Amino acid sequence: MQKTITYSDAINDALHTSMKIDKKVICMGLGINDPKNIFGTTKNLLKKFGSNRVFDMPTSENAMTGIGIGMSLDKFKVVITHQRLDFILLAMDQIINGAAKWHYMFGGKDNVSITIRLIVGRGWGQGPTHSQSLQSLFAHIPGLKVVMPSSAYDAKGLLISSIFDKNPVIFIEHRWLHSLEGKVPSKKYLIPIGKPKKILNGSHITIVSMSYMTIEAINAAKFLKKYNIHCEIIDLRTVSPIDYNIIFNSIKKTKKLLVLDTSNKSYSISSEIVAKCCENVFKHLLSPPKIIGLPNIPIPTSFGMTKDLYPESKDIINEILNIMNIKQTIPYEKNLSHKHDIPHKKFKGPF
Amino acid sequence: MKNIQKNLLEKIKLIRMVEEEISNKYFENKMRCPTHLSIGQEAISAGVCLAINNNDYVVSTHRSHGHYLAKGGNIKKMIAEIYGKETGCSNGYGGSMHLIDKNVNFMGSTAIVGNSIPVGVGLGVAAKLKKNKKISTIFFGEAATEQGVFYESLNFAALKNLPILFICENNLYSVYSSLNERQPKKRSLKNISSSMGVESIKVDEINVHEIYKITKKYAAKVRRTNKPVLIEFMTYRYREHCGPNNDDNLRYRKRSEINKWRNKDPIKVFEKFLLKNKIVTKEEILNIEKKIYSNVKSAFKYAEKSMFPSPRNAFKNIFAD
Ligand SMILES: Cc1ncc(C[n+]2csc(CCOP(=O)(O)OP(=O)(O)O)c2C)c(N)n1
Repeated sequence: MQKTITYSDAINDALHTSMKIDKKVICMGLGINDPKNIFGTTKNLLKKFGSNRVFDMPTSENAMTGIGIGMSLDKFKVVITHQRLDFILLAMDQIINGAAKWHYMFGGKDNVSITIRLIVGRGWGQGPTHSQSLQSLFAHIPGLKVVMPSSAYDAKGLLISSIFDKNPVIFIEHRWLHSLEGKVPSKKYLIPIGKPKKILNGSHITIVSMSYMTIEAINAAKFLKKYNIHCEIIDLRTVSPIDYNIIFNSIKKTKKLLVLDTSNKSYSISSEIVAKCCENVFKHLLSPPKIIGLPNIPIPTSFGMTKDLYPESKDIINEILNIMNIKQTIPYEKNLSHKHDIPHKKFKGPF
Repeated sequence: MKNIQKNLLEKIKLIRMVEEEISNKYFENKMRCPTHLSIGQEAISAGVCLAINNNDYVVSTHRSHGHYLAKGGNIKKMIAEIYGKETGCSNGYGGSMHLIDKNVNFMGSTAIVGNSIPVGVGLGVAAKLKKNKKISTIFFGEAATEQGVFYESLNFAALKNLPILFICENNLYSVYSSLNERQPKKRSLKNISSSMGVESIKVDEINVHEIYKITKKYAAKVRRTNKPVLIEFMTYRYREHCGPNNDDNLRYRKRSEINKWRNKDPIKVFEKFLLKNKIVTKEEILNIEKKIYSNVKSAFKYAEKSMFPSPRNAFKNIFAD
């Protein structure tokens, strides 16, 4: 059976499914049992599974990560949720010196099975410390897997895979994806970590994308199709590790590459992908690979300063025309019924 | 009682003799990793680890040889680990600061100050959820109580009534930095801890049997009440912070302070006590030493004979599958 549900409901479904099939799955996080249930993603978990398995926590991100590690050494599978990615910066010791190294530094004698859910904020003035998209920070660390699904379907399958993975997984959601709907099977299913998915077939250019930027990519591709430009979109789903075969094969076909990033471009996943493609399939590229992402600045708060800051479909379209050396301008106006700093009309923050 | 005292004697002697052998052989340049010796602090390792059960959890720090050996960790595998050999307890990936022996629930020692404290708390959560009556024992130095994660951990242990024994070994120094440089004069760990809801005592005792009895009493209480306890033991390390040498010539510690502690050496004190009370004879002590000596020798031989892991192994064990 299949139903159409939102991305946040798909996350919720994955948590329910995992907790139901394995009593060792534990959920903790600041506010997971509050009336808002982390944008609905943790609703009814407490009611279903009880306070031993679903609990709120002190604002102690570092210790709670270590506690998750300790529990997993006794075979629990721990899911820790943070309302914003920015908050996990207090737990870097436990993540980088602890979770990521444990299996390695003890010669494989033990392993750490924890999933850390992080939510990237955007808009409504989230500002410098509530909207960082720091996937490359984690992806840089050997021993961590970093997952960034863009659809409800992938969110469910990848979250279940993450929870049952024997390793620490950083599971990054984007606040603007939570309200998007998709078709999701009711049963349990797994999506392998590390496998990108081709979500659109095309012959003119390869777009590699992640998380929310995939939504913008789809919009851009739909528009360009009307002008007979056919984009191939590869949604990364996981940003570390990445199985590059599908990307390389696509480049061999299209000979052009555009990478989209939810973060600032410097030292990013997108620059890593461009580097890997240049190292491996350079001779197939007919034009320099390009990146669209944020400029290398902190995210400002003001409604005034965020205007035109985040790249969107229009920027993707223009860049593709550029890459394809098409001089003609195509009149694209995104049909926005709402302001630039919210994902849809009803969104009123506050976070 | 007599048996326990003999076991304690054996443990403190084992730790001292292993550490001294490491120190003697370190200059051969075959133990190529940062190594923090427990010489001077053996009584806490032995007293605490014998007072808890074999299947109770222990986590520890950079200075973990004593804890590992006292808990019953395999000595050959420890020495091989310090030699970087593939037969080491962490297969050569960890070295002196990353020991593990899951056969005795020594769950791991880590090298970042304060890092293993929450991990030990997590093991306490696991024990509580499983209702298996295990307790989790967490060793740390007093410098770790200067870390935020220590307070976060204490807070959670108190909040959730977790079966945890926090063991602070206060040897007065963090590398070369004395307590005066690091903590306000009137600061009392005992008061801090109890005001956070974790019962706490401070122990100046260096007699390993007394340490054992105190720990035994509190371990039983932790098990019975499912509530954490923190014990702060005062102690002193004899050698340099890291490495095989004596560094008293650097004068960061007062001669009078060094002498004060040396004069109440935990091993000398305990031997004297046992002999005076006719619990052991000189001959028995000699026999214990002989037995340990041969074990230590064969552990080093085992380590020397073992192979280095292949360079290829560096690429393994990044992920569990
Ligand atoms: C977070 C961190 N800061 C600094 C160090 C360097 N360092 C290693 S051991 C040590 C002293 C720790 O003192 P204490 O915890 O009291 O244990 P002791 O060495 O006295 O046994 C320091 C500062 C470290 N390993 N980790």
